[in-house]
Amino acid sequence: MALSDLFARLRKDEDGADADAGASDSPVQPTKALARFLAGLGARQQPVLLDLGPVVGSNVTFFGEEVGCKILVEDLSKDIDRHVTQAKVEELQAFFDKRFPQESETIDGILCWDLFDYLERPAAERLARQLTRVLRPDGVLLAFFSTADPRSAIRPTYTRHVVIDRAHLQYRPYQAARAKQRPLLNRDIQRLFEPLRITENFLLKTNLREVLFRKPATAAVAPSAAPPAER
Amino acid sequence: MWKRDEVVKPTSGQSTPTGPAVQSQQGGTSAAPQPEARQQIGRDVVNIGKSVVIKGELNGSEDLTIEGQVEGKIELKEHVLTIGPNGKIKAQVFAKALIVLGEVNGNVTASEKVEIRDGGSVDGDIVSPRVAIAEGAHFRGSVDMQRKSGQQGQASPPPRPAAQPAPQAQTAAQVAQPVAR
Repeated sequence: MALSDLFARLRKDEDGADADAGASDSPVQPTKALARFLAGLGARQQPVLLDLGPVVGSNVTFFGEEVGCKILVEDLSKDIDRHVTQAKVEELQAFFDKRFPQESETIDGILCWDLFDYLERPAAERLARQLTRVLRPDGVLLAFFSTADPRSAIRPTYTRHVVIDRAHLQYRPYQAARAKQRPLLNRDIQRLFEPLRITENFLLKTNLREVLFRKPATAAVAPSAAPPAER
Repeated sequence: MWKRDEVVKPTSGQSTPTGPAVQSQQGGTSAAPQPEARQQIGRDVVNIGKSVVIKGELNGSEDLTIEGQVEGKIELKEHVLTIGPNGKIKAQVFAKALIVLGEVNGNVTASEKVEIRDGGSVDGDIVSPRVAIAEGAHFRGSVDMQRKSGQQGQASPPPRPAAQPAPQAQTAAQVAQPVAR
């Protein structure tokens, strides 16, 4: 066996071990906002939930069986990765305008997880505008924002957020094509999602800010919001 | 024409062959069940081999594994449908249980469960009381799980009944209606 093959195999074994460790030994962290988010959904009979993270089987079971939601999975991290690898990041803004086929004000809850950390301001604004459009009045949106310097990360990773229970999440990192961008300030976050109101804002020891938004019952849809796209 | 490599297990009072029946699109250019489709005696499981391409409606009353391609509609309301790793489905699916190792593009209704295993892919909306999605599986669409029996009072009724009793004396392969397109 050639030395190069041996090294390649060793590297692969290491990567495999990393992946396994990521799945089983990932840290479980408390979450304060998830329970509030679920409480916000609870008023409706069969709330419609939009999950922007990667599909996680146990989350589908949790939200579907225990909470009784209808879940829509729209993994945006794949879209971001695709744009990055094709060197079309600047097209993300226009892409988000057409990404969501849902009618306006049809979604009861949106799970953004930490997706906004990976977007630059213009793309984040367009995405937030679309999410605001599809969210029902009185609907809730949960987003996480990192407060740490993204340059401290050695390898860019996304995080798969696995719901353990209403008070705990497991953070499973997986490889990303794009690193987190500069952290958003509180004021920027607030402006980004206007007219949504921040109802809860938790700063965790993990340098993560959990923010729960609610759409005011009287909030009008932004006139500039693009119509729903066809799937 | 179904060609079997073993004798079909006789069913009571039925002379029609068992196995999924296919009616092709009008014009008959695409429905071409190949010799690979076969029944495994004693297990009531039918395989559709990977060279088989079916366009139209597929009904059955026994478990079915698809390794080929199906476009149209699949109804196995009382049975388990498995989409093998080579299977590519572009169809509406109604089954008791669906196990996906290949690709499904279309809406799925299962009265019992849907499993998307590692490497499996579903693009479409799922209606089923139980849904299991493995890590490494691809899914895009919506999941609508009917509430558990104790909670059904709060939940809105499911959009449509996922399973209905199969007609009696229906063999595994009843020719279905041609698909209107």
